[in-house]
Amino acid sequence: MSRVLVGVKRVIDYAVKVRVKPDHSGVVTDGVKHSMNPFCEIAVEEAVKLKEKKLFKEVVAVSCGPAQATETIRTALAMGCDRGIHVEVTGKDYESLGPLQVSKIFAALAKKEEASLVILGKQAIDDDCNQTGQMTAALLDWPQGTFASEVEIEGDKVKVVREIDGGLETIKINMPAVVTADLRLNTPRYATLPNIMKAKKKKIANMKPADLGVDIVSRLEVLRVDEPPTRLAGVKVETVDDLVAKLKESGTI
Amino acid sequence: RNLTLLESQSFAVNMFKGQINPSQVFPFPSVLNEEQTQFLQELVPPISKFFEEVNDPMKNDSLEKVEDSTMEGLKEMGAFGLQVPTDLGGVGLTNTQYARLVEIVGKHDLGVGITLGAHQSIGFKGILLFGNSAQKEKYLPKLASGETLAAFCLTEPSSGSDAASIRTTATLSPCGKHYLLNGGKIWISNGGLAEIFTVFAKMPIKDEKTGEMKDKITAFIVERSFGGVTHGPPEQKMGIKASNTAEVYFDNVPVPVENVLGEVGGGFKVAMSILNNGRFGMAAALSGTMKGVISQAVDHAANRVQFGSKIHTYGVIQEKLARMAMLQYVTESMAYMISGNMDSGSKDYHIEAAISKIFASEAAWEVADECIQVMGGMGFMKGSGVERVMRDLRIFRIFEGTNDILRLFVALNGFQDAGKHLKSLQKAMKNPLGNAGLLAGEVTKRVRRRAGLSTGLTLQGSIHPELSYSGDLAVNAIEHFGVTIENMLFKHGKNILHEQFVLKRVADSAIDLYAMIVVLSRASRSLSQGHASAQHEKILCETWCVEANDRIMKNVRDLKSNSTTQIFKNIKAISAAMVENGGTVSPHPLGF
Repeated sequence: MSRVLVGVKRVIDYAVKVRVKPDHSGVVTDGVKHSMNPFCEIAVEEAVKLKEKKLFKEVVAVSCGPAQATETIRTALAMGCDRGIHVEVTGKDYESLGPLQVSKIFAALAKKEEASLVILGKQAIDDDCNQTGQMTAALLDWPQGTFASEVEIEGDKVKVVREIDGGLETIKINMPAVVTADLRLNTPRYATLPNIMKAKKKKIANMKPADLGVDIVSRLEVLRVDEPPTRLAGVKVETVDDLVAKLKESGTI
Repeated sequence: RNLTLLESQSFAVNMFKGQINPSQVFPFPSVLNEEQTQFLQELVPPISKFFEEVNDPMKNDSLEKVEDSTMEGLKEMGAFGLQVPTDLGGVGLTNTQYARLVEIVGKHDLGVGITLGAHQSIGFKGILLFGNSAQKEKYLPKLASGETLAAFCLTEPSSGSDAASIRTTATLSPCGKHYLLNGGKIWISNGGLAEIFTVFAKMPIKDEKTGEMKDKITAFIVERSFGGVTHGPPEQKMGIKASNTAEVYFDNVPVPVENVLGEVGGGFKVAMSILNNGRFGMAAALSGTMKGVISQAVDHAANRVQFGSKIHTYGVIQEKLARMAMLQYVTESMAYMISGNMDSGSKDYHIEAAISKIFASEAAWEVADECIQVMGGMGFMKGSGVERVMRDLRIFRIFEGTNDILRLFVALNGFQDAGKHLKSLQKAMKNPLGNAGLLAGEVTKRVRRRAGLSTGLTLQGSIHPELSYSGDLAVNAIEHFGVTIENMLFKHGKNILHEQFVLKRVADSAIDLYAMIVVLSRASRSLSQGHASAQHEKILCETWCVEANDRIMKNVRDLKSNSTTQIFKNIKAISAAMVENGGTVSPHPLGF
């Protein structure tokens, strides 16, 4: 029961106003501020906390992407992860990289690193897929505790309180397991300057998906990306009868 | 014997001689290596986040102190030892890296900025610059972690600008092992919080040449734990309320001789070096402050509708926004040019640093003021946060060397160097044959200048061709400036020291000239690098240069004209009458 694997994704910063590329093939990423996906920050925080409680010996941060992904790994290291793994995916491969390929990579690494626990953010704020955690668990045939708002290690099992539509659900699963972090799991710590300096000395290993025997060819093709339709102005009416008439007019009723 | 004229590398020093030394200003310095840039890029987001999410400037302002939890967070963050070497527990930042972080603090909370700055930019900077290894090892680690705070103790009730007149005394004990410190300091930032004080006191020193005893200043590292150190209650101020300002009293404080900082009797130089060394930080912080308020002004102008249109479509508002942008652009360019020069090892930056402090503090005040004006009534309301920034900014024109004193400093330093230049020429005149080449060059230059001809000074090759018109304006301004300096020296000689009306106008021109050069350098670099914003920077630069040139030429004309001499006489007379009358002089129009 020694190692936790945490996945961290580099996404467009939440505060940025996203714009669609003129050719509608995607969104503008050049020169745009990027940072660690907020749910991944929560995942890192949880992993580091578990290590600080001495429940695990090592936390390994993993990111898949081009060279800039190492910036995100370094943030994870500054928050307390021990070492990083950068799985290099660039160009067109990176543009088409999605949950299925990433979960294949994570599954391979979880086995290679003999991880007892894989913690991921529940979803990324760019694609909102909410699939990688679930697929990773399925590929590994491991139990999964998704949308976690509380995680407790009890021996060789994990107790997870899950946020579901009806309220909260508590489950107990065997390790090794996959957990995905939800908003209320914790409040991520600030990376301090001394920790950023210490992180400079931590190692980041570099590898390609092929080194893990993973095929990252995408089975999906993005046809077109559009902005949401601009919200039309509303119309004020004086009486209920007017309202009914207008609704009939617009074909709504 | 041939004489060569002493060459300083400082652009400002040379411009007073009507010369262009481009080495420190072209190209715009780029001093961070890849590792330093990468490291800095990692530091910016957590610091920004902390100031956006944790620090509450309004709370700090109303409590008149930095919230305890924020102070703790800043200490954990490592913000108290940014320039302390890493082996002594600090972050080990270069001046340029420090400037970038201080910019973030300036954008969000100047009260916190002064708390941090009083601690590390001046409070213990003396130990970094002049401390021996024992002093550094003893004090820096705890100062870097924020376990102990530092304060810079120079000002006294009767000694502000006239720092050399301080009265705090240090007397060597009979056993010779420690000094006894006696005196009182006022308006000390962090005075009520600090454990470690850099204190300046005077003591009688035997003059080596004359054998006379003379009072000289020595700098000391004083620990509150030495005993005899007390402080007064926090001063109630107009702004930077979160920063603690207090009187500090020294009553027979025993300071071990090992705690002398720098040389015995060399304290004045220590004080000036410390202030000089930290000045670029102010320009950096204020460029951040300006960026912050400009965003608010633009946001308001882009959304507020009056008379049927968004107000940013109106010329009056456009002029305000554009001028705010130019002032911020100049300040930012000065800050990073100077920090870049310092990081490259330049020791000759004191005039530029003083210029940047004057410019930044006045520009920021103007920008904040105009921001409130753009926002109208909203700007005046506490909730918008701009009135707090305005109140915080007022002190920046006063402390760390009032802008008035610094203007005299800039002008007099410039005159001094130009004067030395002329003196060297005078010496050369006594041996003309031996110095024929030198003299011939100088004579030709003067003849051409007085005939209004160019002396071949040029910025070609230094600036981007698209900026050549503005470059020509700058060269023309430097030529005229050089002539004016010489004329003033010929007219007044050593008495130039007392001609403050002249000195102020000379300083204003020097500031405008340096500002022209820094934006030419910065915009040239952007154009050469093909930045997306390069064309925008080009128009900022060109607009600035045209108007700065006009101001410089006006000053040059005024200093030649007889009507200005009369104005100076009038000013003197008006002021004398006011002092005699204890206020305004003229009787009321109603007669009572």
